[in-house]
Amino acid sequence: MAIWLTKDSKVIVQGMTGSEGSKHTRRMLAAGTQIVGGVNPRKAGTSVDFDGTAVPVFGSVADAMKETGADVTVIFVPPAFTKDAVVEAIDAGIGLAVVITEGVPVHDTAAFWAHAVETGNKTRIIGPNCPGVASPGASNAGIIPADISGSGRIGLVSKSGTLTYQLMYELRDIGFSTAVGIGGDPIIGTTHIDALAAFQDDPETEAIVMIGEIGGDAEERAAEFIKAHVTKPVVGYIAGFTAPPGKTMGHAGAIISGSSGTADAKKAALEAAGVKVGKTPSETARLMREVMSGR
Amino acid sequence: MGNGPYASQRASSPRRHGLDNEEVSVDLYEYQGRDVFEKHGLPVLAGGVAETPEEARAIAERLGGRVVVKAQVKVGGRGKAGGVKLAADATEAYDRANDILGMDIKGHTVHKVMLAETADIVEEYYFSYLLDRANRTFLCIASVAGGMEIETVAEEAPEKVAKIAIDANRGVDEALAREIVTAGHFPAEVADQVVDIAIKLWQTFRAEDATLVEVNPLAKISSGKVLCLDAKVTLDENAGFRHADHEALEDKAAVDPLEQAAKAKDLNYVKLDGEVGIIGNGAGLVMSTLDVVAYAGEEFGGVKPANFLDIGGGASAEVMANGLEIVLSDPAVKSVFVNVFGGITACDAVANGIVQALAMLESRGETVTKPLVVRLDGNNAEAGRAILDSANNPLVQRVDTMDGAAKRAAELAAAGK
Repeated sequence: MAIWLTKDSKVIVQGMTGSEGSKHTRRMLAAGTQIVGGVNPRKAGTSVDFDGTAVPVFGSVADAMKETGADVTVIFVPPAFTKDAVVEAIDAGIGLAVVITEGVPVHDTAAFWAHAVETGNKTRIIGPNCPGVASPGASNAGIIPADISGSGRIGLVSKSGTLTYQLMYELRDIGFSTAVGIGGDPIIGTTHIDALAAFQDDPETEAIVMIGEIGGDAEERAAEFIKAHVTKPVVGYIAGFTAPPGKTMGHAGAIISGSSGTADAKKAALEAAGVKVGKTPSETARLMREVMSGR
Repeated sequence: MGNGPYASQRASSPRRHGLDNEEVSVDLYEYQGRDVFEKHGLPVLAGGVAETPEEARAIAERLGGRVVVKAQVKVGGRGKAGGVKLAADATEAYDRANDILGMDIKGHTVHKVMLAETADIVEEYYFSYLLDRANRTFLCIASVAGGMEIETVAEEAPEKVAKIAIDANRGVDEALAREIVTAGHFPAEVADQVVDIAIKLWQTFRAEDATLVEVNPLAKISSGKVLCLDAKVTLDENAGFRHADHEALEDKAAVDPLEQAAKAKDLNYVKLDGEVGIIGNGAGLVMSTLDVVAYAGEEFGGVKPANFLDIGGGASAEVMANGLEIVLSDPAVKSVFVNVFGGITACDAVANGIVQALAMLESRGETVTKPLVVRLDGNNAEAGRAILDSANNPLVQRVDTMDGAAKRAAELAAAGK
């Protein structure tokens, strides 16, 4: 089954004709994803050849859905146009919009999120600034490399792209039902909690890896949710145990000052909810291996 | 309340303990915030900024003599530290500026002072708009209890603090502004003025792509007029593409020289205080690498990471070379750990970048003596490893697990100390 993305998902790409969009469309196709179209109003009616597969370009998300039955869109348009692209996807009523674009102004994300809420949350939004969703062996919507791990019984949700890859690599012998990179922006469409709830309900997922970072209180809120609603085993990892206070780190820029939001505070909250927390990626993989060995 | 200009100490912002990860933001100085407020028609006192006592005297003369001299630092508690002083005339303004410039406030050296007209404060209020991450929207916080830290008010008298969610698309119109004023218990005689300020402050927040605009205190002065006596503004760097004027507001002088050099090359670099230089791809993996190195370092006399450097997704050989150059130029660095998991980034490009960077430094006559430990996994890892092996540089050691490589890098740093 996997969550949100299966072999039957019909995927379109907004921004497919751009350099990032075309590079990753090729990779998604190679991973077996059913890419049924691209969207670019200026190139509607044309098609793009990807190693022998001709993918048609439509003028709008609505047109693409009508013609192809698409139910997933992956968005690669530049930051200045991302808000309009997401609003278009929402208005077309597509089920899942995966927003890969990095550097979207937070006022724009707040605006498209408010629009999604206002129109009844019919579209699940993942991202922005995320690596996307991969259900190994079935479909890949985003930029998670398809060859790290095969399909299996672990569900993964993470703020960080490369840590997603690292943990998938460490646990590649067990494999994954679905890996979801939710992104690390201040406002994101899908949270740890949304993914945890979906994995809890997914019969193919037996255990869950949750990866967080210092800052904010998303992991603490996820811990509360796990305590109340998740019966499957969860193993956690938090990056930034040794990060000094008051420093901003990278584009994801975790700032830490004061006591709340530290890796230790998050670890404590997760452990209180029965989650085993690794202090390094390899320890996290070992804890998951222990969980899975008895299953 | 009513304790004059000294009350306008910069209270810390309502972002919980200033803790907000993943936000790429620029905090403005008070004088920059004042200018932004003025541009958007908010009522502020006339003021100016000075870097020397002479400039301070000239500004005080222009402002009519009696002024308040305020240290420009991005940290709270400057009033208590003696960074806010009243001056009766321009000569005194010179003296006070002379006292405050160069002062150290909680580790921040004062390079600039703001001079502003004085105001006879009768009442102090609080007003802000900010990003509410948990609720994925914006929030207005308003209170009649201003002039002190809003967190303290929220703890001791929560009934005095109104918090109102703002819909990003509807914004703040007059009706909502009136609701805010009522919820914040503002006195009737200032209601109309605060409504006007609430609307204009929202327009400022929107128009400037801010993630925080905070006025503390928002003050009623003896004439009955309500003024913004402080201005705390945080801008979203991601929105820089539509604000050509924002780059000039960034405080380049306050940044570490290595961080400055990295920024010029578009690298995400943060200087830390250890000995192991760190280069990796993806903020999460690099943060994780800092942890793994710090743990490994415990075994070797407590060596620690010397920096955070994220070369990002899809890094080219050139980006790798730029990163290595910055890290190797840090005299505190005794060894370097390059930790890459190739997702989009191809490991062969990373390996080529390492080889090229070392050759380039060599050709410039800069002898590299610091050992490099490299761990490559993922996309094209085999090809990357082969490139390193065939280059056969005695300074480069290949270790194929993250833990093993961290341990080796820590060991080499300890040996080089």
